[in-house]
Amino acid sequence: MKVTILQFPGTNCEYDTQHAFEQLGATTEIVWHKAETLPSDTNLLVVAGGFSYGDYLRSGAIAKFSPVMKAVTEYANNGGKVLGICNGFQVLTEAGLLPGALKRNDGLHFISKHHTLKVENNDNIFLEKLNNGDIVNIPIAHHDGNYYIDEAGLADLEANGQILLRYTDAQGELKNPNGSVSSIAGVCNKSKNVFGLMPHPERAMESILGSDDGVKMLEGFLAS
Amino acid sequence: MTAIVNVSLKAGVLDSQGKAVHHALDSLHFAGVEDVRVGKQIVLKINETDKEKAMAEVTKMCEEILANTVIEDYKIELI
Repeated sequence: MKVTILQFPGTNCEYDTQHAFEQLGATTEIVWHKAETLPSDTNLLVVAGGFSYGDYLRSGAIAKFSPVMKAVTEYANNGGKVLGICNGFQVLTEAGLLPGALKRNDGLHFISKHHTLKVENNDNIFLEKLNNGDIVNIPIAHHDGNYYIDEAGLADLEANGQILLRYTDAQGELKNPNGSVSSIAGVCNKSKNVFGLMPHPERAMESILGSDDGVKMLEGFLAS
Repeated sequence: MTAIVNVSLKAGVLDSQGKAVHHALDSLHFAGVEDVRVGKQIVLKINETDKEKAMAEVTKMCEEILANTVIEDYKIELI
């Protein structure tokens, strides 16, 4: 299992992501954004979190024009598995690989804390190790995590089972930290090979550090 | 030629910054403000004298990068 992790100027979660996947037994490679091709043995491509290009213009807006993104789009369109975490989610929406957009948090503050999430659809490789309705405790750390999609788009997401996770309290009741439409924390594309979420599963790998709920999420990719 | 591009959130997309500024104006007792929208302005100096061509080019820039048309509208002014 080979996990390729993208690194843009300003990416800062690539080493956490690498550590998390290596702990699960995967081999990893960090690829600089100037690369024009991806390693041919890539089984999963991760767009890691951070602040690519300092979030200038809009989060993820400039990264989508990095040389590597052409290869990423091709990889995704050929059915390759792609996971975007936090800034990676923003990059994938800007690049048009995932629906919707991420706006400034409603409260205008940067939010950094553990948050409970409810698993909405587990019929995909990312969440198949979890059950629908499971509650996971995963850190969030973002300023622009306010997911927006119009009503027609939201209906599509619902109908196709593309909503992966929603922000809730520990009992599973919706609790929205940032104003996201329908409390959405993560979505996938229609063909369920491109995944994006604002919370950081790679930061929830050891219970001594607050939660190991991220293990089951990332393990889904290794099993397939 | 100079192109002034104003980018703002679409009508119907909640503008949290605009709302915060509105609250601030209220608390400073500026009455009569009905709504506030906060946007950004991008000023481009372009090497083009034909207005039509300039407009077409800047429109393309807006669609491709300057605005995210999922959530934002843009207006272009050429001077």
